[in-house]
Amino acid sequence: MLTRPGLLTQRIPSRSFGRLQHASGRIRVGNHMPKRVETVVLHDSATPVLGDVQKGGSVVLTSLDTLLNQARANALWPLTFGLACCAIEMMATVASRFDLARFGSEAFRATPRQADVMIIAGRLSKKMAPVLRQIYDQMPEPKWVISMGACASSGGVYNNYAIVQGADQVVPVDVYVPGCPPSPDALIYGVLKLQEKIKRGNNPRNLTDLKLWEGLSGARELGEVEA
Amino acid sequence: MSIDLYRGVVKPIMAGFGITRRRLLNKKVTIMYPEEIREQYPRTRWRHFLTRYDTGLERCIGCSLCAGACPARCIYVEAAENTDEARYSPGERYAVRYEINMIRCIFCGYCQEACPTGAIVLRKNFELSDYKREDFIYTKERLLEAYPGQANEPFKGEYADKPGPVYTG
Repeated sequence: MLTRPGLLTQRIPSRSFGRLQHASGRIRVGNHMPKRVETVVLHDSATPVLGDVQKGGSVVLTSLDTLLNQARANALWPLTFGLACCAIEMMATVASRFDLARFGSEAFRATPRQADVMIIAGRLSKKMAPVLRQIYDQMPEPKWVISMGACASSGGVYNNYAIVQGADQVVPVDVYVPGCPPSPDALIYGVLKLQEKIKRGNNPRNLTDLKLWEGLSGARELGEVEA
Repeated sequence: MSIDLYRGVVKPIMAGFGITRRRLLNKKVTIMYPEEIREQYPRTRWRHFLTRYDTGLERCIGCSLCAGACPARCIYVEAAENTDEARYSPGERYAVRYEINMIRCIFCGYCQEACPTGAIVLRKNFELSDYKREDFIYTKERLLEAYPGQANEPFKGEYADKPGPVYTG
């Protein structure tokens, strides 16, 4: 576990570091990192560090982050991933009556290398699930997933051996759009919700569901980090 | 050479701009969705509501016929007896728990057809997207209308009053 003591672990004086340290005095990082932790703070939290948004340490990088999130949210290029009948509504969303281009999402890409958001439109069969995962892995970061329709989100009426009961068993889903199929305006509402999520960014003031920031819930226990 | 230039370049470009000029005066087809909601079709089925009588009593009697009719098996009903002290519905029983898994629902409207008292109706609120799967379990508190006739009010979008999602910092 502690294979490279100089790099992966560091000994920190106990009075300067508070509750984040292990009983042995070492901070354990590496294999025990949970998947959803965005940032693990390994410095003394009283000292501002460039790029650390916890204490308002950096003005420059948070402003840049704001700009980046704004740019990302307003140019979401979807990946063409129509699996079933929901894809018809997805096509209608791009057409001129509903016109997804008003939100910067008109460029449906046929390759995952150029796409930002994957709209899973239709039921996801178990045979298709590894393909979906591979395509998701091929998309560049940052990437988001919209699960469109009842079947992609939860299986819908197809509660049987062939259909994955929710695409979130395969890829992390950001926005679920219910409906069978969702009408184009319902899908546009889902895209708007995703834009809100992106524009909210990693700002700890608005992160209510991920309470890992010191400003919201105090410093984390080590057990919470490893959980 | 000059004839080829005219036939091959100038003439098609002028023809193309001619189509653009004619279409410029046509009626605009795009619905500016977040600001304005299009007129939904009369039989559009979206969000469920549990309605009340004009007296304020709930229509639902907890008979679970909607749950039996549901092809996606997304409705859960648990009934309890009315008493004179705590009376929720006119009949003997009422639904103490009524839950719909809105993400599994396919909005077929069979529950509305099966309901003997007209308690559950499907209205035109289509803005149901959310971030987490747990938020799609619509409990009785979310489904039941606050006052009689609330479900019949025309649906206004979430962005009817505010100009779309804005960056909040």
